[in-house]
Amino acid sequence: MKHRYLNGVTTLEYNIDKCVGCGKCTEVCPHGVFEMALGAKASVFQRDSCMECGACALNCPTGSIEVDAGVGCAAAITLGWLRGKEPSCGCGGSECC
Amino acid sequence: MSEKSNCCNTTDDCCRECAVKTVGSSLSLSDVLGAWKVRWGIGRMDYSVAPGLYALGEPDNSSPVFVSANYKLTFDTLRKNLDGLNCWLLILDTNGINVWCAAGKGTFGTDELIHRIEASELSKFVSHKKLVLPQLGAPGISAHEVKRHSGFDVNYGPVRASDIKEYVNAGYKTTKEMRTVQFSLWDRLVLTPMELIPALKCSLPIFGVMLIANQFAATPFDKTDIVAHAGAVAAGTVLTPALLPYIPGKAFSIKGWLLGLGCTASILGLSGKLKKESRLLSAGYLLLFPAISAFLAMNFTGASTYTSPSGVKREVERALPLIVAAGAAGAALTLGAHLFRRGRAAR
Repeated sequence: MKHRYLNGVTTLEYNIDKCVGCGKCTEVCPHGVFEMALGAKASVFQRDSCMECGACALNCPTGSIEVDAGVGCAAAITLGWLRGKEPSCGCGGSECC
Repeated sequence: MSEKSNCCNTTDDCCRECAVKTVGSSLSLSDVLGAWKVRWGIGRMDYSVAPGLYALGEPDNSSPVFVSANYKLTFDTLRKNLDGLNCWLLILDTNGINVWCAAGKGTFGTDELIHRIEASELSKFVSHKKLVLPQLGAPGISAHEVKRHSGFDVNYGPVRASDIKEYVNAGYKTTKEMRTVQFSLWDRLVLTPMELIPALKCSLPIFGVMLIANQFAATPFDKTDIVAHAGAVAAGTVLTPALLPYIPGKAFSIKGWLLGLGCTASILGLSGKLKKESRLLSAGYLLLFPAISAFLAMNFTGASTYTSPSGVKREVERALPLIVAAGAAGAALTLGAHLFRRGRAAR
């Protein structure tokens, strides 16, 4: 059974004009968000499956993809608010989410 | 694990950086016990191997190079799944954190990979320029930057180490299935001890409050209260992860709240506390305990494999105020009912 999270929230932005069709985004995405279209360019196939890990943006050689990457962790986000800092999952300390 | 120093034998520092360590593919009893311990949170933040280059089997200069993290659980999973292959393992220093988390933090990253290629003098051991990385390392690695600075080609292998042999046999090609991250019942269950144990630790002060309140409560807290609390914790930390895809709703807090509600109502029903004279107490329970389950379930987003920061932010913004309000109201009602209203038992 496929897991689904909230729809319409991802910050993923893709500029197809810059795409050179290398397919790296389809290789690195763990949720099959991108697919290679027939025109030899990538297309966003399952936008709402994006978990904003940032792998596609970092591995796109032409900078066609932008995403506000981070950790999807409630504890990190809540603690970030309480401390007035960026969310961080605290891995490396004594606690880890 | 023995060390054969191939490039220098002067100082310890130098050897730690560039000596090649040999390693086998079979796990010992202590490896298996170690894995079990970290799953239960024992010594979990201090379970690492030394970074650097490892020889598995009898690799030569044409053997493949697999890159991974220095979390021992990761390292052991990788070498177990490479049984029968002669290959090199290039282990990055991720502070003992797994590949995916470390990639998210950037410690399994472009700079560390480039540094480790140089420090281990990888080019002296292999004549090719091909690295195989776990796909989940990609959020920290920029393949084209690695190529530009080190000359090595980054090839993203499968998500799961158990698919590596199939990947190698297919000529270093992944299938869509190998590239997709799963979150099976077993994947979820192995994570639940690390949800349950911290939640139980946080519960100790609550039991303390019950104990103190009992000194002057009109209706003392009894085992139903403890069972109801334990049920709420279990619903949020174990049942919700286990049944995750089958519970209605998308937000984890809603899933946890639903199970917490079912659990609390069942316990109240069975204990016979859902009676007219304890309506106030029942209302308190039904506000408080599902809110606890919802909060704990929401924290499982951090362990899940598919929640985005934007999504979790939205969920926390909406759910947390409700959870806090329901929890506070429920706690006040529960405590008040115990302190000031005589229950049947006390009559």
